[in-house]
Amino acid sequence: MSDATIFGLCAAVLVGLGVYGLIVDPQPLRKILAFNVVGSGVFLLLGAIARRGAGAGFGGDPVPQALLITGIVVAFSATALAVALLLRLHDETGSVTLSSDAPPKSASDADVDGA
Amino acid sequence: MIALDAGLAALIVALGVWVIRARSAFAAVAGFLAYGLLLTLVWVRLHGVDVALTEAAIGGGLTGALLIGAAARLRETEVAARSEQPGRIVHVAAALAAIAVTAALAVGVLTLPVPAPSLAQEVAANLAVTEVGNPITGVLLAFRAMDTLLEAIVLLFALIGVWSVAPDGVWGGRPGPQHRLDPNGILAYIARVLPPIGIIVGMYIFWVGADHPGGKFQGATILAAMWLLTIMAGLTDMPPISRRWLRVGLVAGPLAFIAIGLYGAMAAGAFLAYPVGFAKPLIVVIELALMPTLALVLALMLAGAPQRSAVR
Repeated sequence: MSDATIFGLCAAVLVGLGVYGLIVDPQPLRKILAFNVVGSGVFLLLGAIARRGAGAGFGGDPVPQALLITGIVVAFSATALAVALLLRLHDETGSVTLSSDAPPKSASDADVDGA
Repeated sequence: MIALDAGLAALIVALGVWVIRARSAFAAVAGFLAYGLLLTLVWVRLHGVDVALTEAAIGGGLTGALLIGAAARLRETEVAARSEQPGRIVHVAAALAAIAVTAALAVGVLTLPVPAPSLAQEVAANLAVTEVGNPITGVLLAFRAMDTLLEAIVLLFALIGVWSVAPDGVWGGRPGPQHRLDPNGILAYIARVLPPIGIIVGMYIFWVGADHPGGKFQGATILAAMWLLTIMAGLTDMPPISRRWLRVGLVAGPLAFIAIGLYGAMAAGAFLAYPVGFAKPLIVVIELALMPTLALVLALMLAGAPQRSAVR
């Protein structure tokens, strides 16, 4: 079994783990974390594919590797945007629930309307 | 070496389980930091040293710092969230969906075409034209320069998105809390001693990226970290986001990139094409222009939306 296959299978497990966390965990921050686990699994899969493309003196295909660098940076910016939205939700309502049937009674309606 | 790879993969999966299942969000984020460091090792094993540097700097480092800060601020919301745990049916359905995704991907991994498709030969054959020694830099700034340009613009849009969730009252103000300076504290000491070293390391990683692993993203992250360190120690403060120099700095990099692209359209017949013999100097100019912009964008994204009014 080659290193690309081992880490390719590892990537498949990570994506599955992330999907599970994304569905099951009710906290938005944990969903963001789970989404990053999915993302890292996808990146690792592409990395394994890049490794299989080794040749011409390179240890891996440089084109997907360069795309990975772009991908990691963009994933960070998406995470930063998600965290900013989440923190604003928290500042605004004092809660971070995503549940539609149980709005937080404490502050939400009055404060949002009054703002 | 198979044993090493398999052990590394098993450790990463175990940490992945920890990140997903840990009871407190803070513990999960701490696990995510370790997870990012292990992934860095995997990138080295997969012969992607440039990717490893990016993963350590941005994937693990900056993302981890961002999430740690968020976890600390959201700590009191965790108890309420526990009561929202979905029922057993959702758990089983989610597990089935996860297993299906993993199985489909695993089948894909095991049935990848042989011989593997690769652009390595083309990169090797054409790298000499760019006069750049690092194939990754060649791809990022010559063969696929459009991706890198769009990425720089995406980062800017994400920052605008982060800023735009600021409450009306503090729009144009300073992001993050005000940190109090403890003149004799260890943090202030480190924030005075480390940045000169960090700036040299950051510039070195940036400069060496032309021919060896490294580059502007990794270098810019180190510069951003040094700036944030002095801010956290209270030696300086975040600038209000309405400052003109800040906004000019944020658009300077992408604008220089676009200008060079237009120059290529006139001089070499295609947007972002480089005239023969000018590839290396133009690539260096683009990287020099992007570096300060990237450092600013990354640091400001970590700082988040404005929280304090500019006038004070």
